Amino acid sequence: MSEVVISAQSVSKTFGAGADKVTALDDVSVDIFQNEFFTMLGPSGCGKTTLLRLIGGFEQASAGQILLEGQALNDLPPFKRPINTVFQSYALFPHLTVRQNITFGLEMKSISRSDANARADEMLELVQLAQYGDRSPSQLSGGQQQRIALARALAPAPKVLLLDEPLSALDLKLRKEMQIELKRLQTETGITFVFVTHDQEEALAMSDRIAVMQSGKILQVGAPREIYEQPTHRFVADFIGDSNFLRGDLVDGPHGGHAISFGEGQVINLAQDVKSDKLKDVNVSIRPERLSITDAQTAKSNQLTGTVTFVTYFGTDTTYRVDLDGQGPVTVRMQNGDGANAQFGKGDRVGVVMPPEAIRVLVD
Amino acid sequence: MKVDASNPLWRFRGITSTAMLFFAYLYLPIVILIALSFNENRLATIWTGFTTDWYVVALSNDDMLRAAQNSLVVAVSATVIATIAATLAAMGMSRGRFRGETGVSAMLALPLLVPEVVTAIATLLFFVAIGIKLGLVTIIIAHTVFCIPFAYLPIRARLEGMDPSLTEAANDLYANEWKAFRRVTLPLLWPGILSGAMLSFIISLDDFVISYFVGGAGATTLPIYIFGMIRIGITPEVNAISAMMLLVSIIFVSVSFLIDRIRY
Repeated sequence: MSEVVISAQSVSKTFGAGADKVTALDDVSVDIFQNEFFTMLGPSGCGKTTLLRLIGGFEQASAGQILLEGQALNDLPPFKRPINTVFQSYALFPHLTVRQNITFGLEMKSISRSDANARADEMLELVQLAQYGDRSPSQLSGGQQQRIALARALAPAPKVLLLDEPLSALDLKLRKEMQIELKRLQTETGITFVFVTHDQEEALAMSDRIAVMQSGKILQVGAPREIYEQPTHRFVADFIGDSNFLRGDLVDGPHGGHAISFGEGQVINLAQDVKSDKLKDVNVSIRPERLSITDAQTAKSNQLTGTVTFVTYFGTDTTYRVDLDGQGPVTVRMQNGDGANAQFGKGDRVGVVMPPEAIRVLVD
Repeated sequence: MKVDASNPLWRFRGITSTAMLFFAYLYLPIVILIALSFNENRLATIWTGFTTDWYVVALSNDDMLRAAQNSLVVAVSATVIATIAATLAAMGMSRGRFRGETGVSAMLALPLLVPEVVTAIATLLFFVAIGIKLGLVTIIIAHTVFCIPFAYLPIRARLEGMDPSLTEAANDLYANEWKAFRRVTLPLLWPGILSGAMLSFIISLDDFVISYFVGGAGATTLPIYIFGMIRIGITPEVNAISAMMLLVSIIFVSVSFLIDRIRY
């Protein structure tokens, strides 16, 4: 494992006092590693930007501490932290040229003018805007301003680069381009990126690891695949991609381990090693594309029965709405192959196959 | 400029003549004042011929020059103090919400609305009560007070339009509070500060009522001096002095307006 760069330890942050008191961060602990693209993902108000601002030094933690390479950052103002930020509004200095914007941080670090200019050229090259050094920021497009903001923040070679929803102002096409660009810059510079977004697709596409946040807490930290395929919380399963939620009781599996019972003898074995004190009425999630439909008559393990209530054809795949007996509706997404898949229609009695490894027992 | 035919104003047939009458009412006296400053005759109201002599007379009038100098000293001092105070106030007010913010905001602008005579009498009584000797210093103090809102408003407007993350970005890029202010906030605020300062300067230069009340005997400013001249009898010299003051005012107000339009 690589070195820990940023370590948040039991960090809490409250705003206001008395009746107006708002808890933005509630006892958050997380380690961010060297040379990693780390994303904090969550809806607005989940505390992701607050955590970013605490790392940047723009806010002070109410409790707990943040370490940079093992050193407590607590009282250090932003200008004493080897951390730079790409702001949501870019915050380019409008009275300075593009080059002066990029050399600003270098100048403040008392780097000689010639070295600073050389570094600025290098940065402009890196973000592919070599010709734009003498322009004013207002003469650039949104995407170009974004690149300059990146160049400016990367120029002093910070240990950590913070990015506060930097792509949210761009249109979809540009956003896709910038996602690739950001990933490239991170790999090329080897700087740790801490990225904040509410866009799950963005997070999945770029990150080495994702922290999913809700109401001031980090619910789950993991690689994109882990977050998507093995969500721990109902919120995580719901926020990232589509999920079906069922409720059942945990029982002992036939070959050791656990199984889940949906009542009336409908028991499905679990691949997951469940460590839950709660046995009755637990939440279970399963992705629509992991489910498949067969004829109800075919006896099969790991299978529930139900009635098709709705069919939607999407070209590459077809979505079935199936009302499971005693469980309510689930969505099944099946890829349209060469016609080998049996076609089902509204009202058909079917079996819904649940692969054990696709079923996740959730904390809540 | 393109005429907007849909403007309901054009339905009123007498609009052109009414407008002309209005502007004549507004500006004709000033035009006549300037015209008569070039009048050869000693009596300002009887035209006998063109001359620029009255400007020469005015500019070689020691009393007038002394009054002008007083006015300049007062205006410059009041402007500098008021602008610094207004800049600090605007910076403080923009730093975030606090209890009673609306009240403080209102009180900052209130001097604009208080009748000048009231301010003048109150200030005079106050000075007398605390025993300060009336003179240029008291005028400067009083002028500073009413100049602050004039300087404050354009500066505040500038700050309001400024992205707060610009200061954060400067801090983020290793600039401490002072460097961030000097390198980012101040350059961006500069047009507002200059515009506010110029307004203050004109307002102070122009002031009669307050100066008259709190000035005392020795401290004669230009408007007070002109008032004194008129009481003796109007010669084109008064016109010439007034025309020169008008010129200064127009220059300052225009520059202030142009500076305030600077956008990045």
